[in-house]
Amino acid sequence: MRPWLWVPLGLFVVFFGVVAVGLYSPTERTNPSKLIGKPIPAFTLAPGATGKAGLSSADFASGPRLVNVFASWCVPCITEAPVLGELARQGVVIDGIAIRDRAVDVDNFLARHGNPYRAIGSDPNSQVQISLGSSGVPETFVVDAKGVIRYQHIGEIALDDVPVILAKLGEAR
Amino acid sequence: MIAEAGLAALWLAAALALLQLALAVLAMSEARVDLRRGVRAVAAVQGLFVGLSFALLTICFLRSDMSVQLVVTNSHSMKPWLYKFAGTWGNHEGSMLLWVTILGLAGGAVALLERRIAEATLTATLGAQALIAAGFYGFLLFASNPFARAFPVPADGQGLNPLLQDPGLAFHPPTLYIGYVGMSVAFSFAVGALITRDVGRDFARAMRPWVLGAWVFLTLGITAGSYWAYYELGWGGWWFWDPVENASLMPWLAATALLHSVTVLATRDGLRAWTIMLAVVAFSMSMVGTFLVRSGILTSVHAFAVDPTRGSFILALLVLYIGGAFALFALRIGTVKEGTQFDLVSREGALVANNLLLSAILGIVFVGTLYPLFAEAVSGEKLSVGPPYFNATTGPLTLALVIIMALGPITRWRRDELKAVIRRIALPVLITALALLAMSIFAPQIHILSFLGIVLAIGVGAASLAPLWGRNLRRTPMFTYGMVLAHFGIAVSLAGMAAESAFIRETLVASKIGETHKVGPYTVKLKAIEPIAGPNWTALEAELVAQRGDGKPFTLRPQSRMFSDPPTETNEAAIATRIDGQLYLVLGKPDDQGRWQLRLWWKPFVTLIWLGGGLIALGGTLSLVGRNRRERGLSARQAYA
Repeated sequence: MRPWLWVPLGLFVVFFGVVAVGLYSPTERTNPSKLIGKPIPAFTLAPGATGKAGLSSADFASGPRLVNVFASWCVPCITEAPVLGELARQGVVIDGIAIRDRAVDVDNFLARHGNPYRAIGSDPNSQVQISLGSSGVPETFVVDAKGVIRYQHIGEIALDDVPVILAKLGEAR
Repeated sequence: MIAEAGLAALWLAAALALLQLALAVLAMSEARVDLRRGVRAVAAVQGLFVGLSFALLTICFLRSDMSVQLVVTNSHSMKPWLYKFAGTWGNHEGSMLLWVTILGLAGGAVALLERRIAEATLTATLGAQALIAAGFYGFLLFASNPFARAFPVPADGQGLNPLLQDPGLAFHPPTLYIGYVGMSVAFSFAVGALITRDVGRDFARAMRPWVLGAWVFLTLGITAGSYWAYYELGWGGWWFWDPVENASLMPWLAATALLHSVTVLATRDGLRAWTIMLAVVAFSMSMVGTFLVRSGILTSVHAFAVDPTRGSFILALLVLYIGGAFALFALRIGTVKEGTQFDLVSREGALVANNLLLSAILGIVFVGTLYPLFAEAVSGEKLSVGPPYFNATTGPLTLALVIIMALGPITRWRRDELKAVIRRIALPVLITALALLAMSIFAPQIHILSFLGIVLAIGVGAASLAPLWGRNLRRTPMFTYGMVLAHFGIAVSLAGMAAESAFIRETLVASKIGETHKVGPYTVKLKAIEPIAGPNWTALEAELVAQRGDGKPFTLRPQSRMFSDPPTETNEAAIATRIDGQLYLVLGKPDDQGRWQLRLWWKPFVTLIWLGGGLIALGGTLSLVGRNRRERGLSARQAYA
């Protein structure tokens, strides 16, 4: 018996262990924001749609809310629009940040897909988006009354996600 | 009906694979030798049925049969026919069906054509082949049925990912799969030989054409994939060390090592255990590659669907085949008789060095590809391993490898005099020295790896032709030409890689219409941007006028395309190929002030990379044809005697 003949099989067992752990521990394949649990960075954004207020970090003292990072050119944003509308009807405060967008286009978007937003800030160069630790659209942050980011949802909000979002909002009160 | 017939054919093929396995096991006993012919017959029929199943799926795609779920999710009736055809394998289920189809056809070919090795070893080989096929049939039938119906039947399909709507890519997956599956034949031969303890020159000769053929297809597949990523993704790079790219590179590295060790076994009856080991490793790498891509366990630019059920299934198959083969190796290889010994300074010695270096590179790529997974499993940390690691580690080893590659072919089998080798290598060494001198004068500041890469590419290019010196060129066997050409191709490719990374020029600008920019030896002027429409896309097209010094100006038109089904944006780079490189222009996004992002690259000698890849594959093909001719000639003469 030559023990080194078993080395390949041993290496394969190690490989198996690693990939099995990787396969069965479902990890988020997204990069969560480093700012979760931290206060939202200070910013002031001009209005992103006609007749809407702009958005600044000072607004967040008035109560917990959702901050929805979206854009009129973003297809998944259309998918989540009715869900946001439903949340707004239930009394959830939703502020929007329109990424790399124009007021005309945002107006059109709101006219077609509904307007759940209290205020919309325009972020033409994604600067605020990046400072929030968001890497795409749509993304939604739960921010509490102290302006601390409590939760980040990456991608569109589906109906199934609503209970989690509402629970996180409840915790943020 | 066609879909049901396809599914029925697939079930029949699966049943035949099980029958083939059962017959092969029974026929291993000396009492039932009569069954061995039956194993061959079943293997051939199995290949026929799985081929039929794939043909029927292709028909569903060509006819845009929207009652089949797979066609709905991956095709569209408005698509050009070539992409309807390519859509058959441009998705998970179809590509897995293609995988087993090639496997079945290869198994059938082995059953019908192979006459060199002992009947017992062949029966065991076909048994191993049936076991592999059965696993993949199970995977298709239980976890990824390509023939599932759609209900209700939609009006039209959702289209093929526009990035895949490209003639080059239509044939990239089948090429790689033929390579992967060719490795499975080598693997089955190795398992068969381990079972009957019959490892020798006949075994090596039976295995070699499959290894060579698979290696040629892998080379073509990687070269085509690299060029596709280069011009279609619009990122201007030709290799990203992306996990999916590495998944195709790892089997190639193992196959390259195997190709050389199987030659030692066929010619000198040496390296028996090592060759068996490599055959198992090469197929393992193909399976690991399939697993990494298909399970979505590693994130990658190649965004495939993530599905843990499918991942578990392939992982189970991996354990069965690879774990089983390694266990068999450990149990049996000790009882295989040792082959012939040889001196350190000899062709075999150089080939062993080649094998060790290739294995080291393979190990480095393997570890780098899986390290993020390992780190996350152990510490939960998320990280990625990128080009800095891969370039710094594989670069020096590759340079050492090409030096060995220059020495090997001019060294004699069994033993050689060091002095004689030095005499034969003197001229290439002189050429290398001149190249070194020229480079130190004209380009002393470039990165050390690129610097040595260019110098060695010139020297090794000269040395790779050395085996032809002083020979009667008309009587030189075709496989020698094949080897020379393949080695020369490596030098050409290396020259391209080194020159591109050393002398690349890049300009990133936000340009107004009418502005002029410089990149390398060119000036590029943005003249206009116009909307245009294609069959299933619309695009913004830039009109860019490029001029080299006082030369004749020419127009290039990069596009930013919007596809409607599914909604996707792609960049169509505009590339001008010149004898000394490529000018590569990409149109990016507009800002609101009437400026457009432009990415301009001048890439000196970049085309040599893929030209070299083509030469390597052509060399492999010449070797394959040459070897087959010679061996058929030999067996004909033996039959006379």
